[in-house]
Amino acid sequence: MNLVWIICKKELKSYFASPIAYGLMAFFALIFGYFFYAAVAIFVVRGTEMQMMGRSMPMDLNEWVVRPVMMNVSVIGLFIIPMITMRLFAEEKKTGTIELLATCPVTDLQIILGKWLAAVLLYAAILGISAFDLAILFLYGKPDGMPILISYFGLLLQGSCLLAVGAFISNCTRNQIIAGAGTFVVCLLLWVLDWVAAYDTSTTGKIISYLSVTGHFENFAKGVLDSKDVVYYLSLIFLGLFLTTRSMESLRWRA
Amino acid sequence: MIKVDGLTKRYARNIAVDNISFEVEKGQIVGFLGPNGAGKTTTMRVLTCFLPPTSGRASVAGFDVFDQPIEVKRRIGYLPETPPLYPEMEVKEYVRYVGQLKGVPNSELDAKVNEACERCNVADVKDKLIAKLSKGYRQRVGLASSIIHNPDVLILDEPTAGLDPEQRKETLSLIRGLAGSHTIILSTHILPEVEQTCQRVIIISKGKLVATDTMENLNSRLRGAEMVAVELEPRGGDLAKETVQQRLEQVSGVSRVLFKEARGPRLFFEVESLQGRSIRADLARSIVSADWNLLELHAAGLSLEEIFLQLTGAEKAAPGGSK
Ligand SMILES: Nc1ncnc2c1ncn2[C@@H]1O[C@H](COP(=O)(O)OP(=O)(O)O)[C@@H](O)[C@H]1O
Ligand SMILES: [Mg+2]
Repeated sequence: MNLVWIICKKELKSYFASPIAYGLMAFFALIFGYFFYAAVAIFVVRGTEMQMMGRSMPMDLNEWVVRPVMMNVSVIGLFIIPMITMRLFAEEKKTGTIELLATCPVTDLQIILGKWLAAVLLYAAILGISAFDLAILFLYGKPDGMPILISYFGLLLQGSCLLAVGAFISNCTRNQIIAGAGTFVVCLLLWVLDWVAAYDTSTTGKIISYLSVTGHFENFAKGVLDSKDVVYYLSLIFLGLFLTTRSMESLRWRA
Repeated sequence: MIKVDGLTKRYARNIAVDNISFEVEKGQIVGFLGPNGAGKTTTMRVLTCFLPPTSGRASVAGFDVFDQPIEVKRRIGYLPETPPLYPEMEVKEYVRYVGQLKGVPNSELDAKVNEACERCNVADVKDKLIAKLSKGYRQRVGLASSIIHNPDVLILDEPTAGLDPEQRKETLSLIRGLAGSHTIILSTHILPEVEQTCQRVIIISKGKLVATDTMENLNSRLRGAEMVAVELEPRGGDLAKETVQQRLEQVSGVSRVLFKEARGPRLFFEVESLQGRSIRADLARSIVSADWNLLELHAAGLSLEEIFLQLTGAEKAAPGGSK
């Protein structure tokens, strides 16, 4: 466990030693700021309309701002995650530093967990930027705090499982670009699967949409914590990390 | 300390290491010599548990590389051909990180980092980014990180590759200085480096073990001497092999005759010439005139000699190699 943390710290430092971490944070801050602004603007316009029509029922901030914005973030994540994971293993394979890790008294699992944990923490830090924007809602309104926390938890779970998948893909190649592009394609696929559900209501359609990563986030965005979704994400994390250990082992045999 | 037994490593298409066996005793510096592509790196990668062997065994300090990799890794310091450095880290930060990975306790870490940096002459750049260091410094930082946990065995893959002559000399004397506290295997394709640094040498070529001997023995064996393999069948009664051996020894130019084996009436010998002498013609004449059947006679030591030529040739080709 100690070794996992040592590797994780080193990876985090490496992220912040290059422009990647800052670049991703800036990118996310801009995009999130835009979507947040748009959602608030719509909320204000609709609110005024409602009042002019004489309905005095207050509109729900959570439903009108937090939920759509969090849904957006879950998609923005699909673009950020490949950028985080692409270097995880591919870079070390290319420069040969993987030989250091592989010849130290450290298990494959410790290496993988350390790197994945670093990626998760970086992703959490990036998501954390959005908290500054959401804090504004608390200054001017009374949104419900719990659903926001639950949706953050969902974003982190969703990110963690895609980061595990990305770690696996990065382990399969020594080319960072291929690792990034491959992860992006897989992220998109797991997202697009959800659309099938809109057209296909048969059992196959349901199964396919069950596999969609973003589909499982919808409940979280509403502030609903469903164990079914948590189980889905946890199993995908487990699968991704398991595949990574397998790939590390098989590469060793084939190398 | 290191025991390699029938080690074979096969890649998808080729055999990189073919059934080699050798042993290294505690405290020795051993040179692992062979031309490019001989299988030096592959052997070292098996010894460091980076690659599993296809067949055969290898053990370090009594632990099998395949069954107890963690124990082996704890006891090995390894410097790959290109030092595995993270350019974004500072020197002391990097050495410390490797120390932590190698399991150096936190309480000793700082002292060990300082000690390793001192021993490898990198104390003056401890606070610099690795990206900013010259090649010679990088090599020494790699070396410092590989001795941080005071390993029993130090495995250095071409530690002088890509260095200029001055840096080479420094690195080699550094390695000599590390001997004593560690058992060291260092690979190189440069013969004089082995002569300067190592007590014993293991020569491989095309994945096969060619020779393993002390430096002096190899030198005397190789300075222009010829090895000839002879297969013959003495006629006229059961001649003792000693009689045959004596007769061969009397041929002019022969320095040594080694009896290899007997298969039925056939006897196999290896005959070594004095320096600069060619003995094949005389040997053949002597055997025939004794009225024995000469079944085969060919130069045997040539492969070793060829490799030496190749190695010395490589040294000449590399401009400014250590003198
Ligand atoms: N990863 C690999 N995959 C396939 N063949 C390899 C690999 N690494 C080395 N080889 C081959 O194995 C042989 C020995 O290589 P190597 O051990 O690197 O030799 P050396 O270090 O003595 O120059 C070479 O023919 C090389 O092409
Ligand atoms: Mg090599």
